[in-house]
Amino acid sequence: MVVDKNPQKEDRVFHALADPTRRDILARALHREHSVSALARCYPMSFAAVQKHVAVLERAGLVTKRRRGREQLVHSNIETIRIARRALDRLETLWRTRLEQFGELLAEDDQGETP
Amino acid sequence: MSITSVHKDPANRTMTVVADFDASIERVWDLWQNPRRLERWWGPPTYPATVTTHDLTPGGTVAYFMTGPEGDRHHGWWRIRAVDAPHRLEFEDGFADESGAPSAHMPTMVIDVSLSERADGGTHVVIETTFPSAEAMEQLIAMGMEEGMAAAMGQMDDVLLVDTAAL
Repeated sequence: MVVDKNPQKEDRVFHALADPTRRDILARALHREHSVSALARCYPMSFAAVQKHVAVLERAGLVTKRRRGREQLVHSNIETIRIARRALDRLETLWRTRLEQFGELLAEDDQGETP
Repeated sequence: MSITSVHKDPANRTMTVVADFDASIERVWDLWQNPRRLERWWGPPTYPATVTTHDLTPGGTVAYFMTGPEGDRHHGWWRIRAVDAPHRLEFEDGFADESGAPSAHMPTMVIDVSLSERADGGTHVVIETTFPSAEAMEQLIAMGMEEGMAAAMGQMDDVLLVDTAAL
């Protein structure tokens, strides 16, 4: 069911942002791309642990990874998400207008002829 | 207004609108299936739609234009992907040039409509709109016509702000 998957998506964003290391990774990725190995050197933890943090951010749609040779480059999706939010806001305005007219048409029918 | 919920998911480029109407599923379906009914709600009040082709079969086309306050015409098209009357309609919606031919460089979106009968005889409507890419969303924002439409519907903005804050 379409509606049910959405709260999970938001949960993933909140979960991703709940960890200080992940917030720091996101902040770094906002400025420029970083390789996972470069990020791993910034924290007192294993490469695998940092890779896991990046995966959590990726699942939440906050960063994307791309491959350059043997490196995995991480960059933030925030700008993309900001644009997406604006486009969806426009779309919402359009659909609200449409469905308002939609509802009025159905109500008109009730007053006139029977269905 | 009969909208029950609006959910926007920027990461997946999807918006889901849920609405409920006190009308039978056949009457709700008729608003999509009958071109004369469709054109009474598809375009915003300042950009009424005129449907010129209407073939609701898989692979079929719906062609329309919307007429602006200056008499300016904006063409659009649907490409039908799936139909199961009166329960489901899935189509691609895009912009067209002056001749009505689909514009390759203009954004498209996929609209998936599901209707179901409520126990009280009303109809539950779920409309999911998905942009195929981030580029399509950027194009939509960059389009002057879209800005014009948004301005014409400016009075809706306050309502939207409240709703977005609540989500």
